[in-house]
Amino acid sequence: MKFILDLSYRYKIPLWGGLLVIITALAVSSSFILNAYDELKEDLLLDSQTMGYSLKTDLFPAMLHNDVWRAYEIISVPINRKTEGSNPVKAEHILVVDNELRVFVAAHPKSAPMLTEMRHISPEHAVLADRITQMGGSSSQEIDLPGSKYYYYVTPISSEKLHLGTLIIAHPKNIFLPRFVQIERHGLLTGAMILTILLPFNWYWGRRMALPLVLLSERMGDISRKWPSDLNPELYVYRDEIGKLFEAYSQMLKDLKDKEELEKKMVQSERLAALGQLAAGIAHEINNPLSGMLMAIDTLKSYSDLDPRTMKTIALIVRGLTQIKDTVGALLVEAKINSRNLTPQDIEDVLILITPMARKKALHIGWHNSLDENVPLPATLVRQILINLLLNAVQAAEQQGEVAFDIAVADKQLQFSVTNNGKLLSEEQIAHLFEPFSPLSEGGHGLGLWVTYQIVHQLGGHISVKRESNTQMIFTVGIPIGGVA
Amino acid sequence: MQNYFSKYFIMLRIYLGLIVLLASNMVWAENDIKPIRFGLTPAIIHNQYELLTDWRAYLQKKLRRPVEFVSRDSYRETIDLIKQKKIDFAWVSDYPYVYLEDKRLARLLVTPLYQGRPYYCSYLIVPSTDLRTKSLLQLKGKLFAYADPYSNSGYLVPRYQLQQAGEDPNRFFRKTLFTWGHRRIAEAVAQGLVDAGSMDSFVWDTLAIIQPDLTHQTRIVAKSPEYGFPPIVASRAVNRADSAALQQALLGMANDPEGAKLLKRLNLTGFAPGDAKLYDGVRKMMRTMEEP
Repeated sequence: MKFILDLSYRYKIPLWGGLLVIITALAVSSSFILNAYDELKEDLLLDSQTMGYSLKTDLFPAMLHNDVWRAYEIISVPINRKTEGSNPVKAEHILVVDNELRVFVAAHPKSAPMLTEMRHISPEHAVLADRITQMGGSSSQEIDLPGSKYYYYVTPISSEKLHLGTLIIAHPKNIFLPRFVQIERHGLLTGAMILTILLPFNWYWGRRMALPLVLLSERMGDISRKWPSDLNPELYVYRDEIGKLFEAYSQMLKDLKDKEELEKKMVQSERLAALGQLAAGIAHEINNPLSGMLMAIDTLKSYSDLDPRTMKTIALIVRGLTQIKDTVGALLVEAKINSRNLTPQDIEDVLILITPMARKKALHIGWHNSLDENVPLPATLVRQILINLLLNAVQAAEQQGEVAFDIAVADKQLQFSVTNNGKLLSEEQIAHLFEPFSPLSEGGHGLGLWVTYQIVHQLGGHISVKRESNTQMIFTVGIPIGGVA
Repeated sequence: MQNYFSKYFIMLRIYLGLIVLLASNMVWAENDIKPIRFGLTPAIIHNQYELLTDWRAYLQKKLRRPVEFVSRDSYRETIDLIKQKKIDFAWVSDYPYVYLEDKRLARLLVTPLYQGRPYYCSYLIVPSTDLRTKSLLQLKGKLFAYADPYSNSGYLVPRYQLQQAGEDPNRFFRKTLFTWGHRRIAEAVAQGLVDAGSMDSFVWDTLAIIQPDLTHQTRIVAKSPEYGFPPIVASRAVNRADSAALQQALLGMANDPEGAKLLKRLNLTGFAPGDAKLYDGVRKMMRTMEEP
């Protein structure tokens, strides 16, 4: 039983439904049969009563005149009658006995010859004889002997207190059989018809009911291992419990994904913040002695009595120190530079700047500049961000590829996006994209995106990158206008 | 008496016959011609309604006057009808004939010819399953069917035989019954209602042709000596001319194509002028049995 109860709803619903349909069909058929049985018994009793009465009326004069042949003809009629229509009720044996319970005449004389003691015909007749004796010829009576193949109906043959004998009509119990077979065939046919109509319907409906549950349960089972695929909302469009379950599932999945996304971002931004602090700290620590060293060398160079080898060495040291200063300067992003506001022309300047490089790769540049007035953001920094992102895009784009740029002011933010096709970054690479000395950098020191990130953050904005439709990388930047958020 | 074995279509034919009869009676009544009334008894198979209707039509045509058939199941009733002058002619068994002749109520008109001879006999029959019975005397204490108390082959003959054998015909059998017809003797025996019965040989032979499945269920144990064939008698009340006319019509049937066909259907070969001597054997038996 547990095995059945453990079955998937995919099978359980159609099975239960089918079972119910079958039980219903059986119940209906059974009630038909029971009904028919009652009707048949009623018919039988009625037939016996009517027959008993009419036969007894005819038999009385025949017995009175001892006219056996006449009596024989009278009782032969119902026996030889053809069954009419669907009424199978027909007497099989009719027996007339006299007051001494000897056979006066029988419709089947071979089985009960004249003058035979009724008790000697069969043990059943002996029982009947006792019953007749008990009845004392008062009235007609139905006698149903247990185990007998016949229903007996006993009618006294009497008129005006003259009692001549007894009429015994026997109906076979198996007359019900053909009727039962007929009814059962009808019942089965009807049942089969109902089943052929209802079962496929039930199967379809059951599957339909079960499928959303099955899909849900499969996905819920998977959720701890991987992100399950989205459910097609058209699979179940109704607003019943299952529909609500669908909705709740989708909501839950979305919440879980959002939460994970948020966690990821937090981890990344915390890491970048820590890196930024570390880098700034180191840069400051290096910058101070470095400035001292450069000043000292400058002072040293002002003495002109240095021999050429020393001069050469000093120049070498100055170049090294300058490189260190540049690198440290790059790490130490300083956003708090007073600058003029950004103008639409600044954006166009950037286009002019990258156009030669883009032309080399025969790129198509989609340029959508929606700015039409000055934006109160430091022009220098914004331009630096734009140049960094666009140069990266041009570099990453494939030959004859595409680079798209959109910029606009919306929601009190300067929003822009840079899109390129070509080489795609993996999730892993995206996670570490904004870190300094990026291994992805080709030809640079890998600080471009780091600097961009730092500037955006110092301006209170956000930057994100994602793969779009598996062919494009898209960088999106939003910077609040009117002070650090 | 209603015949329960007749089929509906036979009933229909009777009704149609009655309608024809009534209609023709009305025609004749206009001409003020009295119909000839002809009594039928179980001496022949008197419920072959279709055949009898045709025969009646034939006789009407030949006699140019209406003929009524008056069918009765018992000889007693037919005898009474002649006594009461309600019928003019009747086809009866030997026993009623001798009775009517001796009482001077009727006289012999014609004797039918069966296979060219004016004779018949009595058959003692048992169910075909009974292979042991060889003679009437073996049937002591059995159930026995007679045709009619005024029947020769179906009553007088077996009783006479018993008496001749020194038995008391009234006590020999355990129980006897009358079937009021020879065909029903065959039925009663075939159905096992009785152990044996005595019947008209002509009826049995005719049944063997028209209803062989019935006679196959019976077996002829013994055949009696021959007696004159059940005759057609004329009431003493009938005038000579009418009597002669019917006699001529019957005697002429064999020479008439239509009449010959009817005779064939009646299983007869013709009619012969009656010879009272043919029935002396029956008369002798009646005297012996001290029947009236």
